[in-house]
Order: sequence, then structure tokens, then C-alpha cells
Amino acid sequence: MRKLLNTLYVTTPESYLTREGENVIVRVENEERFRIPIHNLEGIVCFGYMGASPHLMRLCSDNNVGLSFLTPSGKFLARVNGRVRGNVLLRRTQYRRADCCDASLEIAKSFIIGKIVNCRTVLGRGARDHGAVIDCDRVRTVDALLIENLLKIEGCDSADTLRGIEGNCAKFYFITLDELILKQKDDFYLIERNRRPPLDNMNALLSFLYTLLAHDVESALETVGLDPYVGFFHTDRPGRASLALDMMEELRPFLADRLALNLVNMKQVSAGDFLKKENGGVILTENGRKAVIGAWQKRKQDTITHPYLNEKISIGLLPYVQAMLMARFLRGDIDGYPPYFMN
Amino acid sequence: MMVLVTYDVNTETPEGKKRLRRVAKECVNYGQRVQNSVFECLVDPARFAKLKHDLCDIIDEDKDSLRFYYLGKNWKNRVEHFGAKEGYDPEGLLVA
Repeated sequence: MRKLLNTLYVTTPESYLTREGENVIVRVENEERFRIPIHNLEGIVCFGYMGASPHLMRLCSDNNVGLSFLTPSGKFLARVNGRVRGNVLLRRTQYRRADCCDASLEIAKSFIIGKIVNCRTVLGRGARDHGAVIDCDRVRTVDALLIENLLKIEGCDSADTLRGIEGNCAKFYFITLDELILKQKDDFYLIERNRRPPLDNMNALLSFLYTLLAHDVESALETVGLDPYVGFFHTDRPGRASLALDMMEELRPFLADRLALNLVNMKQVSAGDFLKKENGGVILTENGRKAVIGAWQKRKQDTITHPYLNEKISIGLLPYVQAMLMARFLRGDIDGYPPYFMN
Repeated sequence: MMVLVTYDVNTETPEGKKRLRRVAKECVNYGQRVQNSVFECLVDPARFAKLKHDLCDIIDEDKDSLRFYYLGKNWKNRVEHFGAKEGYDPEGLLVA
């Protein structure tokens, strides 16, 4: 398996990225602050409004390093795409499948099955580890509901029905996630999931983590030669990376939701790391962002055994592995797309 | 793997000075400068073979010397730092 490389996060406002030889250089007011050889990197994520030289963009594109620009609050702005590469036959197969309703429904089902199963695992683990302090009955009721929906997926015959099932599950899952917030309950709670903008601390934290995950999934899909913009569950919309969103469904509970819960329960973030704006939206402060990014990067280094490949990989490689499996499935090397089930 | 690259290039002649600059430039492309002629390079074996080849091409074997220390995968517990100019950990959190 490929080695997971590092991601460079640029958080200082007014910094400018340039290239020197094979190095990425971060400059602030024309003074060099940081340099690193490109071959150590997997991606570069810039927060805040700053620039990068075209020369550097070329370096990134030549080395397959994802370069994304985000607003200070973590909202996705743009990503730099190099030449279209990868296998055109693979992409064509992907488009054909996406155009065919039945075929995309089958793939969409895999994503949602993965999602619901992982949601159940997250809730189940919470109930097992903290059974004494949380309302287990509530978790159990929702769990039963998730199972019920899970069984419905098999026989569901339209994309809209599937969307309905997904929406239902997500709604109940998020409000139950509130039970698993054990510490700092006054500052962190989940009454419902809201976004654009997120209206409370927990929602802001989740949104921020999802943006980080989206960057990784999109890069992974591009690495294996798939088009991140053509999805099977999410429909095409200009500027929306639908396939990346599809693939995130199954990875979110494991990679983002659990991490968010840990951050709050271990008190690695606190109310002071969030800022309420005039429009009611909540964003992370610079310190809060650093804490979350730190935890995210650390989490990616942990290793797991991938249940399908039966191979040890670092968690950060999960999006890449799933993208690879998707490519194999589209090529016809395997019979179905195996979603990732956390254990 | 982590490789420590150190060099001594004889700079008595203008050609020597030129070689020194070229060696340094090549090393910067692959790793992090931790001291004046000391570089820490986190590289895969293929990339390292390339680096070694390039550097050996540049130096004059009668006058200069080049040393590689292989620190392997668990290099972190083999390195201790004191004093100023602490470098970054290429496998750790990179925030600029």
C-alpha cells in the first residue's frame, strides 16, 4: 500500500505560496516563513484569502498534490486542478453508470448502507462505553429505527425513496448523537443538524471537519482517475463535487463525527474556540481551527485493518482506498462496490 | 525513510564554490536544512537513489566528501535537538 503523506495547512493570513526548485515556500510579507520539499506532501489547504504563484500550482499539479483554498471559517472556495489526467475509459464508464438510473441507484445504495451501518456503530459504541451515563433507551429506539430503514434499502426502487430513507436516518442519528456528548453540555449540543451557516458550536465543528474530509476525498478520487463531480447519489450541479459527497456519506460517521465527539469529550476544544457572528452563524477561531486540524492530522496517522482488503493502512488513506475500490468496481474487476464498515 | 546527508566541499577554488552551491541546491530539493551542510531528507528508496546519484555526479571525489546516515523509519527516537533553529517534523502537523 502507498504511504500516506502529510498535508500542509496554511493558516496565517497574508501569506503567499511560491515555488523554489522542488520546494513549497510560505512567505509572509516577502519573508520566508516555511519551506518543505513537495514530495513530502499529499495536499495543501489554505485558510483565508491569500495567493499562490502559478509556478507553485504547476509544481502541485505535476506531483498530484491537491491545492485547496478555504475561507477562514473553513468554507470551500476553490481548488486548483491541473491537466485532466487519468484513464479516459474509466471516466467514461463512470459517466455511463451515472446516466443510467438503475446502475447509479445500486451504487448509491452501497453508500447509504455504509453510512447507516457506520452510524449504528458510532451510536452502539457510545452506548456500550458510556451506558451508565447516557439514556440507553433513546439510543436503542433510534438503533431499531436505523435497522428498519436499513432493511428497506434492499427493496427500494427509486432514488427519491432512497433519499427519503437517508434523510430520515440522518435526522434521528444527529439528534441522538447529542446523547454521546458527555462533557461541556452547556456549550455543545445537537438539537438538529444545520449548516450554511452552522448555528451552534457542535454544528460548526462538524461542518469544519466535513470540509477537511471533502478535500481529502476529492483528492483521492482524482488520484485514481475518477471525476469527483459526477456522482451516483448526489445529482450533478455546477461546482458540486457529487461523487466526493457520495463517498463522504459512509466515511463521515467514522472520520468526522467520532472525532468531533472526542474533541468535545476530551475537552480539546471549548466554547472559547468558537465565535458567533452577527448573522447568527458560528465559526471557529484561529486557535480553535489549529486545535481541530491538529487532532485531524493526528487521527489520520492511526492505523486500522481495512475489512475488505484485510490490510493495515493509516486512516488517512481510507478515502484513497475507497476511491480505488470504486475504480475497480467500475472497471469490472469486482462485482460490487464494498463500502467501508468501521469495526 | 529518513536519511541524513552531510557534505564537505573544498571551496579554495571558484569551481569548488560552484560545487558547494550546487550540492546545497540539490539537497534543498529533497530535504530540510538543519545545519549549514547538514540535511534531513525524508525520502522513499527510489527518490533516494536519485539524490545519491545526482550528488555523486556533482562532487569532486578527490577534494570533497559526502556522507549519508540512514536513520530509517523510526528516526524520531534517534534524533535529539538542543538550541536554536529547531526544524519541523515532516511527518507531524504542518501548519504555517
